[in-house]
Amino acid sequence: MAEPSFIELSDVSLRYGTGTVALARTSLSIETGDFVALVGPSGCGKSTILKLVAGLLQPTSGGVIVRGREQGSPSVGGERLRLGIAFQNPTMLPWLTIRENVMIPLKIVPPFRASYRAKRNSEFADRAEALLAQVGLKGFGDKRPWQLSGGMLQRASLCRALIHDPQLLLLDEPFGALDQFTREELWAIMQSLWIERRPTVLLVTHDLREAAYLANRICVMSSRPGRILETREVPFSRPRTIQSSYAPEMAALVQALRMRIAEARSQEDQAESQEVAA
Amino acid sequence: MSWSPRLRQRLLSALALVSFFLLWEVICLVVGVSDLILPRPSQIAVVLWEKMPLLWPHTLQTLKTTLAGFALGVLTGIVIGVAIGSSKLAYDVAYPLLVGFSSIPKVAVVPIFVVWFGAGTVPAILTSMVISIFPVVVNVATGLASTEPELEDVLKVLGASRRDVLWNVSLPRAMPYLFASLKIAITLAFVGTVLAETVAANRGIGNVMIIASGNFDVALVFSGLVILAALGVTLYLVSSWLESRVTGWSQRKGDMAMV
Repeated sequence: MAEPSFIELSDVSLRYGTGTVALARTSLSIETGDFVALVGPSGCGKSTILKLVAGLLQPTSGGVIVRGREQGSPSVGGERLRLGIAFQNPTMLPWLTIRENVMIPLKIVPPFRASYRAKRNSEFADRAEALLAQVGLKGFGDKRPWQLSGGMLQRASLCRALIHDPQLLLLDEPFGALDQFTREELWAIMQSLWIERRPTVLLVTHDLREAAYLANRICVMSSRPGRILETREVPFSRPRTIQSSYAPEMAALVQALRMRIAEARSQEDQAESQEVAA
Repeated sequence: MSWSPRLRQRLLSALALVSFFLLWEVICLVVGVSDLILPRPSQIAVVLWEKMPLLWPHTLQTLKTTLAGFALGVLTGIVIGVAIGSSKLAYDVAYPLLVGFSSIPKVAVVPIFVVWFGAGTVPAILTSMVISIFPVVVNVATGLASTEPELEDVLKVLGASRRDVLWNVSLPRAMPYLFASLKIAITLAFVGTVLAETVAANRGIGNVMIIASGNFDVALVFSGLVILAALGVTLYLVSSWLESRVTGWSQRKGDMAMV
């Protein structure tokens, strides 16, 4: 048998309570160091997959295996997988400075946890400052969250997701609430951070250009029930640029994805109207 | 005039205060209200000054009783608040009980405390404790329960334990709620103390006032009132100052957004 993938979802279904089926028999595998984007209309279960992988939700049936271990099972010995996560809402703690916010994972995650008190003003602070400088927030470490704009907070939120060198980075529409210029700037930053550190990334987004720019592989999802319709490789070389995201090949890919989703939506609408008629 | 709005507001508040007492004085003089009904502020001030050596020990007694009751009440309130605020089940189970307790008029518990501990300082401390618990419990529990789920997710994904979440997120988040409740609790603690002192004590401002009113020494009653008001305002200011020191972050002080 081949080496198991870093993340394996096999026939995973999830039903909230007794009602909505958020995910129906979905399979997905992600290799170590890959960058995978989940795209689809809102409510199609993209975030549900992300939460399953994070262990924040348990599947109703099927298995979620991350690095050879059932996700959500109590960790028996061994080192826990290091995870980083960022949401659309930057959720900074208002009573801490930006630097302290970025350092939160070091306070929680072993092995950093043990030496947090000793190193929080030296090594760890330098590490946070270096990362902040990389995302364009040099000199903002001592500011409080409310003194920064939404785009800056989102940069800090990326730093918080990356400070402890996670093996797996989960991004749930992290650039969704930003204006287009800031968003494109953050795509470039995200790409260079990924090239430098090579974590495995699972990105949830509804922005097709974002998926095409950032990911190696794009999974298109449909809703009700959520499932993966098709997976596409993104063959373009890196580093990609904003110019290249407007190149004909990239535009063609985005267009194809858009058509696929539109098709799925119209089928869904038909199915729904038939249901109503019946 | 180019006064800053802040100075202007302060001057106006001071003016309102002075006019209140002036109006009181003038109305009493013009209408000719008997000082057995409503003494003039100037009369009260004189009595306050003359009787201060007598009133001072009672003032200290009331202050000590209130602070003791307040401290016990806040501690108990924090413990109960953390207990029921950190678990949904505990919250749902304990809430009806708490509402039941809090809706008992506190004057009704004084006789019970007197039966248990005899008249004196202890019932007063307990009354002021009981009366100041509830706002603290409710605020702390609400503060703990108001943590954003996404923030909790961020920490859970990192492998944080419940204790990590409590220490790093929930408790700091609950601080503004706690301090808001302290300002309410300190005022209520005074109510509790004076209540118990008027019913069952032989010391304290409440006791002085009830005796003075029996002797128709209305100016002395009002002196007691002035002392209580002064103590109340002072303690309120202290809690306010503490609040702004500890939870300044929630009031967004400092320079405004940069971009």
